[in-house]
Amino acid sequence: MTAITDLPQAEPAQPNLLHRMHDRYESAMLYIGQITDLAVQTVQQAWRGPIEWPLVMAQFDQVGFRSLSIVGITSLFIGMVLALQTAYSLADFGGKLFIGKVVSLSLVRELAPVLMSLMVGGRVGAGMTAELGTMKVTEQIDALRALATNPVRKLVVPKVLATTLMFPLLTIISCFIGIIGGLVIAVASLHLSANFYLRSVIETVKYNDLASGVFKTFFFGFAIGLIGCFNGLRTTGGADGVGRATTVTVVTGAITVLILDFFLTKLFLLAF
Amino acid sequence: MTDTPVTDRRAQPRGTPDRRKQTREPFVEFREVHKAYGTKQVLRGANLTVYRGEVMVILGGSGTGKSVTLRHMLGLEAPDEGRVIVEEEDITDLPEEELYRVRKKFGMLFQSGALFDSMTVFENVAFPLREHTDMSDEEIGRAVREKLDLVNLPNTAHLMPVDLSGGMRKRVGLARSIVLDPKMILYDEPTTGLDPITAQKINELIIDLQSKLNVTSVVVTHDIQSAFSVGDRIAFLNRGVFEWVGSMEQARDSDHPVLREFFRSSAVVAAQPTR
Repeated sequence: MTAITDLPQAEPAQPNLLHRMHDRYESAMLYIGQITDLAVQTVQQAWRGPIEWPLVMAQFDQVGFRSLSIVGITSLFIGMVLALQTAYSLADFGGKLFIGKVVSLSLVRELAPVLMSLMVGGRVGAGMTAELGTMKVTEQIDALRALATNPVRKLVVPKVLATTLMFPLLTIISCFIGIIGGLVIAVASLHLSANFYLRSVIETVKYNDLASGVFKTFFFGFAIGLIGCFNGLRTTGGADGVGRATTVTVVTGAITVLILDFFLTKLFLLAF
Repeated sequence: MTDTPVTDRRAQPRGTPDRRKQTREPFVEFREVHKAYGTKQVLRGANLTVYRGEVMVILGGSGTGKSVTLRHMLGLEAPDEGRVIVEEEDITDLPEEELYRVRKKFGMLFQSGALFDSMTVFENVAFPLREHTDMSDEEIGRAVREKLDLVNLPNTAHLMPVDLSGGMRKRVGLARSIVLDPKMILYDEPTTGLDPITAQKINELIIDLQSKLNVTSVVVTHDIQSAFSVGDRIAFLNRGVFEWVGSMEQARDSDHPVLREFFRSSAVVAAQPTR
């Protein structure tokens, strides 16, 4: 006679599509809610102070100075390829003459802020998540709390402050180097005079254009810093968990920058 | 109970004055504490009182919620139901900012030591002093050296955590947790992962600190040898509640089946013949 416990158990019901969608929606809402909570705490802690300036300076170095090479290389080649493509696509309309205008406007208004944020965001966001994630899984975050120290004030504020202030500066540098890249191609490959190219850039780019590009990067920097810290602080599951959290940061950061870019550009165009 | 080979080291003279200045004044109380993580119910109405001046050992198998209990004492976790009382103050619903005040009463030794990787041993131990006091660098240096001497780690201040062995990391973690002179020290598995000699040194250190600092201590462990070495009372955590609480002497004679099995297993392991 077969014991009741030996009878084949019913397979647990597979969640249907509707349930899975509901779970996804719920976890997405939870994510947004928790990251908003961290954003509020970060602003509150920064406002109340005291801000730990030595830690902020270390982050300026990490986010700003150490990103210069990646920003420089990316921007130089983007400027160069933009000049080449513009000359090619506008060749029938005498496109060579518009290279300065197209390169500078594209870079200043859109390409430099977004590409710089994607590149630097991936680099520093992943680094922040890996650092805080490792601290989380090795109980260092709990140790901070147990030592009556607020992890948001000690760890998150310096990082978010650094990304918020450094991204605009890096964007300006990126614009400058990108325009130089365009100049190199304009002179060396398209045989335009440097004087003509630079005058074209100066006449084209207005303060409004620069403000539009740079204004967005305050928000990009804040978002990247916040996402990097948030994913680090919620890491679970050891080294594997740190790896997963880092990947989530890179993907979420990139998507957030692109979505924010659309809405902020729209907002800026409406406002000015 | 004769089948338990463990001995209470404190029954032997150690040449130190009796450290136990216990009162029946509760320091920490758990009242019907429930805690679940997802669908896993860890604590199911746990009740416990830790009295001022005693060393309470929380004993239990892996995954029974021993560390969770410690985290509730510090306010690192909030219970789903029930109350946690620290020095007659209900900390259950306190916001994080308020809990920082409560946590200054505690020192906690984490299982891994939880040293800050980016700081030297000196900076780790000095961290709480820099955060919460106005002491000068000279005073901080003196206090850090004193605590490192207390945990038998002189001349290590310049080392990074990565350069330390497991036992040394725990001792530095202990020095950091006592540097603000807490009223209560919480030890999370202090001897786990250490060789028997180092584990015994840690046990001796716990007893030594208890006599020198006159604090209240809670030691979470599943190491029976360690429990009998350092404890005044045992609280046995099983199925989410403290099923048995009593003195070490009573524990030996307890007829609680799981606790007896716990002791018996420990005796079997200790009595294994060597090859």
